[in-house]
Amino acid sequence: MSDATATVEAEAHDEHESHDGLYIKIALILGVLTAMEVAWPYIVEAIWDDTAFWLMSPLIILMVIKFILIAAFFMHLKFDSVILTQVFYSGLIVAVAVYIAALVTFDTFRGW
Amino acid sequence: MTDTALPVESVNYADGPDQDHEVTNTGISNPKLGMWVFLASECLLFGGLISTFLLYKHNNAAGGPLPHDLYDIELTSISSFVLLMSSLTMVLAVSAIQRGDHPRLRLWLIVTAVLGSVFISGQVYEFQVFVKEGMGFTTNAASSAFFGLTGFHGVHVTLGIVMLLSTVVLSALGRLPRARAEAVEIVGLYWHFVDVVWVLIFTIVYLIP
Repeated sequence: MSDATATVEAEAHDEHESHDGLYIKIALILGVLTAMEVAWPYIVEAIWDDTAFWLMSPLIILMVIKFILIAAFFMHLKFDSVILTQVFYSGLIVAVAVYIAALVTFDTFRGW
Repeated sequence: MTDTALPVESVNYADGPDQDHEVTNTGISNPKLGMWVFLASECLLFGGLISTFLLYKHNNAAGGPLPHDLYDIELTSISSFVLLMSSLTMVLAVSAIQRGDHPRLRLWLIVTAVLGSVFISGQVYEFQVFVKEGMGFTTNAASSAFFGLTGFHGVHVTLGIVMLLSTVVLSALGRLPRARAEAVEIVGLYWHFVDVVWVLIFTIVYLIP
């Protein structure tokens, strides 16, 4: 094996080792966010009379943060070509737009 | 019309850190790009199922309980945590094969499959409880939408477990050299997608009343 190849392999090895630590941190953050999600409805019920707004907004924000963390780090979108991010998020955005439009026509979000 | 694959030149770094695939205009292998396009299309499938649930979740005109009356949030929270942790073990498996560490690859893949099986067991238990409480698949529109959505997700997880175990067998047979690390990465993409869809289902279906 040439010196150049050995160097490249050693760098790749170091890079993956450092990513492992990052993955564990992300998993811990995801676990904490999930615990916050589960606890939040109980907290809202104990504090506010009008629970709808205070319940849903933080839950949706936490959900979006979890989604982005998994897509960016575990699915490697942060490290991969930007084309993959464009492909995936364009499908997601089209899906969300189409179905929100459809649900609005059925007045589904009244009371949200 | 342009062809993304260049047939004249192909790369095969069997002993090196790079991937074993043809050079493409995008720099991304066709199987990997194909998986991402598939996952983007899956967003439309699950978007349709989630929308159907939102539309019918209060509809029990045919009688019987609503899904919301029967949820066991503690059980589902534990299942969600288990599935999240399976994403960690999956990404550690990908990392292991990229380092050429095949025993760790198999270990993490098996742990991921076991965590996925725990999630499916929880879902089967939940379905059994719901049916015993009088909410079957055809009891009312809400129950059909609920079972349709969570059942489709369960089928995806089950297929993911089959893919994981097949990958373990291929690795044990020596047919997954380091140069084919991308094959494991593609299985991982599918697995993470299943996890990320559950993140949406857990919040929209279970936590938001």
